[in-house]
Amino acid sequence: MTATVADAPAAPAPSAPIPAKRWGASIALGVIALISLVIFGLGTPTGSSTTFVVARNTDFVHLPTYTAPSRLAAIVLSVLALALAGWAAYRANQHRKVGVWLPVVYGMAIMGALLTWAGAGRDATSIQLTGLLTSSLFLAVPLVFGALAGTLCERSGIINIAIEGQLLAGAFLAALVGSMAGNAYVGLIAAPVAGALVGLLLAIFATKYWVNQIVVGVVLNMLVVGLTSFFFSTVMTENGDLNQALGMARLPIPLLSSIPIIGPVLFNQNLLVYILYVVVAAMQIMLFKSRWGLRVRAVGEHPKAADTVGIKVNRTRVRNTVLGGAIAGLGGAFFTVASGLAFGKEMTSGKGYIALAAMILGRWSPRGALAAALLFGFADALRAQLGTIGSPIPSQFLAMFPYIATIFAVAGLVGHARPPASEGIPYKK
Amino acid sequence: MSEQGQSTTEPDAEVAAPQESRSRQVLREIAESSSMVVFMAIVASMIIGGLLIIFADEAVRESAGYFFSRPGDTFSAIGDALGSAYSAMFNGAVLNLQAESFAGMIKPFTQTLTMATPLIFAGLGLGLGFRAGLFNIGAQGQILIGATVGGYIGFAWDLPWGLHLLLAVLGCALGGALWGFIPGVLKAKRGAHEVIVTIMLNYIALYLVAWLLSLEAFQREGSDNPISPIVAETAQYPKILGVQFNLHLGFVLALACAWGVWWLMERSTLGFRLRAVGANPSAARTAGMSIGAATILTMVIAGALAGLAGSAPVLGTQKFLTDAVAGSLGFDAITVALLGRSRPLGIVLAAILFGGLQASGPSLQVNAGLPVDIVVVIQALIVLFIAAPPLVRAIFRLPSPAHEKEVAA
Repeated sequence: MTATVADAPAAPAPSAPIPAKRWGASIALGVIALISLVIFGLGTPTGSSTTFVVARNTDFVHLPTYTAPSRLAAIVLSVLALALAGWAAYRANQHRKVGVWLPVVYGMAIMGALLTWAGAGRDATSIQLTGLLTSSLFLAVPLVFGALAGTLCERSGIINIAIEGQLLAGAFLAALVGSMAGNAYVGLIAAPVAGALVGLLLAIFATKYWVNQIVVGVVLNMLVVGLTSFFFSTVMTENGDLNQALGMARLPIPLLSSIPIIGPVLFNQNLLVYILYVVVAAMQIMLFKSRWGLRVRAVGEHPKAADTVGIKVNRTRVRNTVLGGAIAGLGGAFFTVASGLAFGKEMTSGKGYIALAAMILGRWSPRGALAAALLFGFADALRAQLGTIGSPIPSQFLAMFPYIATIFAVAGLVGHARPPASEGIPYKK
Repeated sequence: MSEQGQSTTEPDAEVAAPQESRSRQVLREIAESSSMVVFMAIVASMIIGGLLIIFADEAVRESAGYFFSRPGDTFSAIGDALGSAYSAMFNGAVLNLQAESFAGMIKPFTQTLTMATPLIFAGLGLGLGFRAGLFNIGAQGQILIGATVGGYIGFAWDLPWGLHLLLAVLGCALGGALWGFIPGVLKAKRGAHEVIVTIMLNYIALYLVAWLLSLEAFQREGSDNPISPIVAETAQYPKILGVQFNLHLGFVLALACAWGVWWLMERSTLGFRLRAVGANPSAARTAGMSIGAATILTMVIAGALAGLAGSAPVLGTQKFLTDAVAGSLGFDAITVALLGRSRPLGIVLAAILFGGLQASGPSLQVNAGLPVDIVVVIQALIVLFIAAPPLVRAIFRLPSPAHEKEVAA
């Protein structure tokens, strides 16, 4: 909870008025748990069972597959979720916050119920847990990078709608440079450069020309789409050598990767994923524990005060926006070199906007962004998995989930998302 | 987002002005004017677009390989590349000089107007929002939902001529209005930022339509693809210049809407209220206006106009529903509204310009071998330049005016 404490308004002093009770979250949790109980629990036919595969044959440790009676398991999990909602309501009544464990356990219970229901009575197929988690993490990679980029920019007061363009530019340059060098890792180095360039344009227009930052963001996205598609259809199509499908090998970390479930999910990934761990940890510490981070946040919250104590407001903003662009560009490498794919027109397909959503749900903190991005990655992976086992839920609804969750968050129906106070306002001396 | 209305003309400057000769003063006024900035922004974008075309041209790159032994080759290759690109643009968007008949000659321009139709509608909606201080990125979703409702009425209902079209068009407006109402009400009641909500609603609309198209009610018979049946002829926009042109009644409706928006914003009390809220919410509140009501109303009207933009493809050109029916209209419309400076006349002109750019796409592809994407680049560049008048002035060394307005919204 340290992160949320650090960026939330200071804890109320004893003399301060007692904050209003926040019922929204617990009511929403309760409603979803009830729906889960009715549909997943009572809706599952009795006598059917669901098979979970925990380990793959190739894993170091062999674990048995688990088969659970579907109806019972789904009911138990839903009731557990309902109990957690009740606990949240109890805490809200006492004006106390719930720990971060609650939404995590709650989410796992609901997802467990959903998976049990979806896999019920399908003897031929089973739920591949490890595969599901691995692809969740992998699909979350560009979202985390994008959300970190957004966090870094917005903490300093620049709204970054151009995440989509930065991802796409990174993907493009990674494929181009990687193909020219014949080495995916060279592409990985080139990707941040492309993102940083887009970030620099954003920063210049926002701080020098005081153009509305949302306008610049939207237009930069268009510009990058146009430029990359143009070069894709001309230069890259004429010489196929400039756009090859390169791959980055998985690099299993010795010992750690043999841990059951966690090992293959977390420690048998490619280099980009390991970079991700480092970047998230570094940014979390730097933003909230370092002098640099304090200055950045000061610039985003109250630029005038920051300027008064001698912090260069616009210089901080430009640097952060460029750095953010570079991080998003690195995330763009995911689409091409890190996935072993050649570049394609508009291949980021709106992932930059989901990253924006992850940033908001993560409340402008790297750790939160990671959690939100993982949640969205899980929803995406789940969609693929349910598609293969033939689920009764239309896949489009799962695809909508990140967007609906974000609307709930910004509308303050569940929790409260408060952006940095001065974001989007140009600083003029 | 607010316009800086305060003029800072100093008395000294006014005294000094009459001393200049009349002609120089006129020249200076032209150079300072914002129309000049718009024109120069278009020129600059065309030049950068030209550089891209040169860079991507194979003949140019080949001849550049031996540039120092025979530089003439490179320049003639550059000339060929640019010449074929710009003539293809002109032939595709304005007049086809190679055509045999008069109809063939003017066909490109009617195509430009056809492409401009949805951009006018959606641009009007977005411009209205900008002037009321709302940044609505959600035209894409509003167009999609509008097209879905209108399209459904068009292909599923069986109604007589006239009434069917009327209801289908109203359906488009209603669908868009609904999709605009959601961010409006969330902003008014919960303070949710409309930019975020509308971006999210764009995607929700996309998946919603994709899901609807998987249902039997929306599925075309005998097709596995997610496309709807063709809209009944009674619900299609009639072609106004005869069957050989694609230009349809929607264009006239769009012009009517432009006039309507002008009247609403400039002549009606309601429009005054919306503008007041956009210009200074606190002052408007003090004057007794309801900010929340203005926000919701603006979003509903903007949504309805964007929904009408959906009627152009679904009832006019494409005539059936797919989840790609909105194309990139929603984002193009943002550039139209920005270029048109949120004023109805400006939006109509900007929409015709960008409609022309898009109409020239096929001609560029066929006659100059250039991908349509170059059009997107030019479009984005124009808006980027327009948004930063100081930048354009610096490039072309234009004098800066005494007082500067912030352009973007």
